[in-house]
Amino acid sequence: MSLKLRLETQPEVPLEADCLSPDRVQGLDAAAIAKLKVFYGNQQVELGEFFAVDGSGDEAIHIEGDLSRVKHVGSGMTYGHLKVEGNVGAHLGAGMSGGRIDVSGDSGDWVGPEMSGGRIVIHGSAGHMVGSGYRGSKVGIRGGEIIVFGNAGNEIGNTMRNGLIAIGGDAGDFVGVGMLAGTIIVLGQMGIRTGAGMKRGTIVSMQDIEPLPTFSYDCQFRPTFIRVYLQHLRALGMHVDERYLTGAYRRWSGDAVELNRGECLLFAG
Amino acid sequence: MNIDSVEIVDTFAEAFEMWASRMIITADSDRWAMAAARSVTGFATSIIGCKCEAGIEAKLDPTQTPDGRPGISVLLFSTSASGVGKRLVERVGQCVMTCPTTACYDGLPDADERAAVGSQLRYFGDGYQISKVVAGKRLWRIPVMDGEFLVEDAFGVQPAVGGGNILILGQDNSSTLAAAEAAVTAMSDIEGVILPFPDGIVRSGSKPSSKYKSLFVSTNDAYCPSLRGVVDGSQVAEGADCVYEIVIDGLDEKLVGDAMRVGMQAAAQNGAMQISAGNYGGGLGKYQINLHGLLE
Repeated sequence: MSLKLRLETQPEVPLEADCLSPDRVQGLDAAAIAKLKVFYGNQQVELGEFFAVDGSGDEAIHIEGDLSRVKHVGSGMTYGHLKVEGNVGAHLGAGMSGGRIDVSGDSGDWVGPEMSGGRIVIHGSAGHMVGSGYRGSKVGIRGGEIIVFGNAGNEIGNTMRNGLIAIGGDAGDFVGVGMLAGTIIVLGQMGIRTGAGMKRGTIVSMQDIEPLPTFSYDCQFRPTFIRVYLQHLRALGMHVDERYLTGAYRRWSGDAVELNRGECLLFAG
Repeated sequence: MNIDSVEIVDTFAEAFEMWASRMIITADSDRWAMAAARSVTGFATSIIGCKCEAGIEAKLDPTQTPDGRPGISVLLFSTSASGVGKRLVERVGQCVMTCPTTACYDGLPDADERAAVGSQLRYFGDGYQISKVVAGKRLWRIPVMDGEFLVEDAFGVQPAVGGGNILILGQDNSSTLAAAEAAVTAMSDIEGVILPFPDGIVRSGSKPSSKYKSLFVSTNDAYCPSLRGVVDGSQVAEGADCVYEIVIDGLDEKLVGDAMRVGMQAAAQNGAMQISAGNYGGGLGKYQINLHGLLE
């Protein structure tokens, strides 16, 4: 039997619930899960003070409610499927290395920071720092996929080392800042200073942007790998216009202030 | 046993353990996908002289390929998993990477054995190659003069069956060839098998011995009509002046047997006099595919 949780009491300050992960509840019954400790502000309390728990812990967790003030859901997850019906707070899937998280609503900042595997799918919008490294870290996400159907904020993919971040809507400033490798795809508009300081990696934009002066134009061509990525996004349920698969892209290399081995691919029609 | 009035000889095809891989070749158009597929399956008729056997398995609709472009599925067979890997690197590198607009993907993702292909060919990129991981698969982007060649890092290799066959005996060349062509057309509809010889048909069947010390194989004199009066134990039926063979390699024994069965039925309905199969007395191959067993 899978585990079902329902948020009964809305926390007034953020609740840090890193126990909401298949790894942490595996093999526990409802009573034991309700007694798991969470941080409520600066106090440790029991999960059951906020959530109604039904079922027992296995590979699938289903959570209902507006979890906008519940942080660290799915942190450190290595396997299984966590599904949130509603919004979710910051640090979703922090450091996860496997499994899948689906969120039907929006998520807060710091989705999947420093993750190394697995997949996070946000059907709404996400905040800032999607798939980024924490402040002071040299490396952001090292693998896995973060798919946001809506918009995202600033600094998505900050120092990312590998993996895929796809944004169905718009993204803010500094997309892929300090990027080391990996792939970022944004179907909507981007803010300013895309790819600043990137060493390697790929940023794909379907809308026109003005590349930084430290990027140099290479050519216009039809990269086959983008078709593979976009087919993958379609398979995950994201709407992708056919013209993005069949069209050409302008390649800009950069950032020359770093290795100059990264690229921005701008849809050219 | 007969199909209509065509005699099916009570014998078996002797087939061998092999290893197989499947390439999915795509391109901007059918023309260039087919050009690459023809090139990569060239000079791959028999393991004896070509180090591998390969053939086109099917044309693929854009909805069936990883990048949504027209594609061709190709099967390649060799005697070992490492042999398959070597041939893939040679042939993908020389015949697919060189062909305009193409990409090449693994068609056996669930196979336990993996052969390094893209991870070898990437060095052609001279340091400018780029690795991408999508849906758990690693791809290599190798810069080339029309853009990029995209190739999957590793290809699945699985145990397979090679050397299934039928022999079609007929009254003369034209009627026997027509029967063999009909058989090839019917057999080509079966996924998971290829017919590695030119358009599926071979006229120079062989036996595994020779009077010359330097040769391991020589002409299958028992089925040469011109030697009917010369060799002892000629297998050419009375009234038959032509024999064609169809060789089948498949991903498993059942698929090879299925292809042999539909091939026999089509040949029998299109002018064959007698249908037999080639074997070496059962002493060489692991598989003995009995013709009557396939039709019962």
